[in-house]
Amino acid sequence: MQFTAMILSNAEVSPGYWRMRLTAPQEFASARPGQFVMVRVAGAIDPLLRRPFGIFDVGIHTPAQSGAVAQPYFEMLYRVVGKGTALLATLHETDLLDILGPLGKGFNLGTADEEKLIVGGGVGLAPLYLLARELVQQSTVRLFAGGRTRDDILCITEFERLGVECYTATEDGSLGEQGLVTEALIRRLDALKGRATIYACGPHGMLNAVATIAADRSIPCQVSLEGYMACGVGACLGCVAPGQGHSTETPDFRCVCTDGPVFESGELKWRD
Amino acid sequence: MKPDMSVNLAGIPLRNPVMTASGTFGYGQEFAEYVNLESIGAFVTKGLSLKPRSGNPTPRIVETPGGMLNAIGLQNVGIEAFIAKKVPFLRTVNTPAIANFFGNTVDEYAELARRLDDIPEVAALEVNISCPNVKQGGIVFGTDPDCAATVVKACRAATTKALIVKLSPNVTDVVVMARACEDAGADCLSLINTLTGMAIDLNRRRPVLANITGGFSGPAIKPIALRMVWQVAQAVKVPIIGIGGIMTASDALEFILAGATAIQVGTASFINPGAAQEIAEEMEAWLVANGVADIKSLIGALEV
Repeated sequence: MQFTAMILSNAEVSPGYWRMRLTAPQEFASARPGQFVMVRVAGAIDPLLRRPFGIFDVGIHTPAQSGAVAQPYFEMLYRVVGKGTALLATLHETDLLDILGPLGKGFNLGTADEEKLIVGGGVGLAPLYLLARELVQQSTVRLFAGGRTRDDILCITEFERLGVECYTATEDGSLGEQGLVTEALIRRLDALKGRATIYACGPHGMLNAVATIAADRSIPCQVSLEGYMACGVGACLGCVAPGQGHSTETPDFRCVCTDGPVFESGELKWRD
Repeated sequence: MKPDMSVNLAGIPLRNPVMTASGTFGYGQEFAEYVNLESIGAFVTKGLSLKPRSGNPTPRIVETPGGMLNAIGLQNVGIEAFIAKKVPFLRTVNTPAIANFFGNTVDEYAELARRLDDIPEVAALEVNISCPNVKQGGIVFGTDPDCAATVVKACRAATTKALIVKLSPNVTDVVVMARACEDAGADCLSLINTLTGMAIDLNRRRPVLANITGGFSGPAIKPIALRMVWQVAQAVKVPIIGIGGIMTASDALEFILAGATAIQVGTASFINPGAAQEIAEEMEAWLVANGVADIKSLIGALEV
């Protein structure tokens, strides 16, 4: 659906990373973890295209004052990387934004009797919070959050509040253990008794590593991809990712926006 | 009074002049949630080839000020899957659907025209001789008047449906191409396709697009498109479809003044999936506000 949202809050949660809360129509409450929105950051022609953002959280805010109406909202977590996101970071409460969403296919929540291992790199944590919120209802959930420095490790307190056990790793050792978060994931998998599912979102290199780790151990793994996209509805074909059997002779491109953004890692062709 | 918004495009009656551009509107169904497909004049489907095409590697798109570059590489489902999976939807919509297509050889163009001619749900054919993003099929035919004429003649012989030829702006003189296509039997000309362009990532010292170059579209190209439509309108008798950076009803009406019978909304549909419908509604409102009873009276009505 397309709607005009009003910004309820927009705050920098870590250097360069922002969290924005916006009003949403009632129907938006049914957004699934892993779905995303396309945001038109300005009415003008520069920036021209919408920007895709994962849905960090959805909820209903009930103000304390008498007579106030309960207001459905959603949140986005974004990193300032270019002109569009820089502009978003300048917006304030009561500013309006044109939103398209929720879009795409979200995560499959799987079964209750397995451990859920969530792996997020930097702003890749964005679609994983809503996922964790749903998963903790039925399963043990562990989060593996990685980044270059402590600034890239976002909203860990929120995950802990859900009852998620959090492991952090930074490349410079400024928070958690020094190194890649996949090392902590491997240790957990080695100690694993019983079944598990991995959910991951982050830089392509991290996803590639996680997909390999999962494939080596025959553990189901879902990844949420990013892609350069113009439309978000499957028309521009800008955001495609190659499917497992893709070749020039047997084309199998999947649209990140409509076939994804969440895929079983085995569905995709990973570069070496 | 409600103004008359209808136009006749080479024998196809349109309820209004607003169409959607190939490659920006999928096969129609993708936009059904956002646009009342029966509020626009016609829609044009993603360019079809005989066999499915995988398209180019990513990144395929990048934004530049006032526009975007794309190098999709004509990824499409191919004619067989189009007939099996996309045509049934076209049947459900009471709006002309126009099939855009391209080939690697003259024979492929003719074969596709023949196949599309058999599909009753396809109201007209738009032949793409101007895609800038593939090595064969397209730009070679679109930049040489003799090659263009050969393709158009072959398609003309293969179909009795209205034949629209989509022209490339990447030529020295678009009028030469327009005349060649008209003489070869085109019923209608649509212009412009994207302009070839390029973007560079300074820090990586690499092109942004995997294909290196791409097709430039969006509001930034409108002045060029308007100029070309104006020039071609002076030179040919067949109707013209104006395309290039149309974001608003005023943009659309400017193309009509310049000589276009209809217009196509392209990149704008990416930014606002309801753009085509909104533009059609706002055009009608402009006619009402300006006391114009019939949109046809504006076609080529530019005063110079």
